[in-house]
Amino acid sequence: MSFHMEPAPLIEIRNLWYGFNGQPVLKDVSFNIFKGEFLALIGPNGGGKTTLLKIMLGLLRPTHGSVRVFGVPPKSASHRIGYVPQDVHINKNFPISAMDVVMMGRLRMTGKKRLGHSGDDLASVQEAMEKMEIWGYRNRRIGELSGGQRQRVFIARALATCPEILFLDEPTASIDKEGQGQFYDLLKHLNEKIAIVLASHDVMIISSYVKSVACVNKEVHYHDGAEITDAMLDMYACPVEMIAHGMPHRVLKIHKEN
Amino acid sequence: MPEVLQFEFMRNAIVAGLLTSIICGVIGTLVVVNRIVFLSGAIAHAAYGGIGLAIFMGWSYLIGAMSFSLACAAAMAAVMLKARHRADTIIGVIWAVGMALGVILLDLTPGYHVDLMSYLFGSILTVPETELFQMLFLCIGILGVVFFFYNDFLAMSYDAEFAELRGAPVKGLQFLLVAMIALSVVMIIRVVGLILVIALMTIPPYIAEQYATSLVRMMAIGSFLSMMFTLVGLGLSYHFNLTSGATIILVAGVGFFISFALKKMLHALNSQIAMDTPAYPKTEGRNKG
Repeated sequence: MSFHMEPAPLIEIRNLWYGFNGQPVLKDVSFNIFKGEFLALIGPNGGGKTTLLKIMLGLLRPTHGSVRVFGVPPKSASHRIGYVPQDVHINKNFPISAMDVVMMGRLRMTGKKRLGHSGDDLASVQEAMEKMEIWGYRNRRIGELSGGQRQRVFIARALATCPEILFLDEPTASIDKEGQGQFYDLLKHLNEKIAIVLASHDVMIISSYVKSVACVNKEVHYHDGAEITDAMLDMYACPVEMIAHGMPHRVLKIHKEN
Repeated sequence: MPEVLQFEFMRNAIVAGLLTSIICGVIGTLVVVNRIVFLSGAIAHAAYGGIGLAIFMGWSYLIGAMSFSLACAAAMAAVMLKARHRADTIIGVIWAVGMALGVILLDLTPGYHVDLMSYLFGSILTVPETELFQMLFLCIGILGVVFFFYNDFLAMSYDAEFAELRGAPVKGLQFLLVAMIALSVVMIIRVVGLILVIALMTIPPYIAEQYATSLVRMMAIGSFLSMMFTLVGLGLSYHFNLTSGATIILVAGVGFFISFALKKMLHALNSQIAMDTPAYPKTEGRNKG
């Protein structure tokens, strides 16, 4: 960020604490998310990534501290965020087509008629499904799709809400290795218009796609840039092997050795 | 069997069965996909407390039983929202206490001897015409509410968290659903008994779920299956002089197992076809050559 006047952040988190059964899950978290951001939340499983996303969505209430989304409490702004949950295997036997799942993204749109679906709804749904290359599966039952296809359906559902920010929780869990590069290219393309926050324990992505990184492990260390510094690893106990193992791109900053 | 239809009681039984089937097909679908069969069973049993209360206090059956059931249902829905992990225990308690209360209140009512069997299995062959009209109104009301909130109910049932993010009143919808279950149960128990209510709310929607591609189709298929089971059951009970409610349930049970077996056979057939068809014909061709 430059020294010029910064625009108001989309999301502003100040001294946030969250505890569960007296155990702190998140400690004194403060950072901002600005327009155009592509932020990766990395950290070990159980480090609080999903909790942080759910607090920003207003699904969980922080124990202390303040969260403002578009300048208002998260609950009043949640409809402006597209959310792709981690678990795409919920309700596999539910009698619903892929298209009807995506159509859920059009639920309760402002100014929308109460019953049925408008031409606008259909157009948005088709656009989102074509973008995710699942329009061909629109009439399939959701349970008949593979994990990766179902993941795309859930992302299309989030896109159909016309979000200003997109939250993705472990989005690559169900996508095979070949599909992942293509998937991140797509996110990069989406990022031209909307801010993206992506929680992942997979850091392969970081250097070439995201703009900033926050390591989440009870505490949050926000780093404005796509590298992970030694300080982050030491102070916040991000497991090093997780970050350094099997990556095509170098994520760790190259250190000057004496 | 046209000669059967000459009897008014039989015509009323058929109409009652058809209306019950529609209500159970629609509400039962929501019960099955929301996995609240246990809660619905609890409401149906606890309603007996309301029946006892209404008779003991000398209130009208509908007002007494419906308000008691609604209160029990609201309490159970609140517990489910607040503490889902303890919900089954507390629902079980309300289930048992409600029913015991009904039995004691009826004991204390002088000169009243209620037949518990008619409460369990109903008396579809003695439905008066006034109750048919009440059922018709309930049926229209439920169809109206479900139609109006269809998109919300669908989203809530599939992914409540997402529905909440989109601004759907998920808690309100859950109370509304539980209230509709309570009203349906009280109305239908008098006619077909609580066991048949639970059977028709679960078996036909469960079968329908296997074949339906949308929630509304599941409701339609469930209602249709329900009607078939009711008509066949009524016919058999008339022909062999058997208890009607229990016969209908046994027919539904047979339908359930046939559907189960069919599904297994289809599955086996599909995997047989998959085995016969080589997954990579090109590779195989190359190997041969």
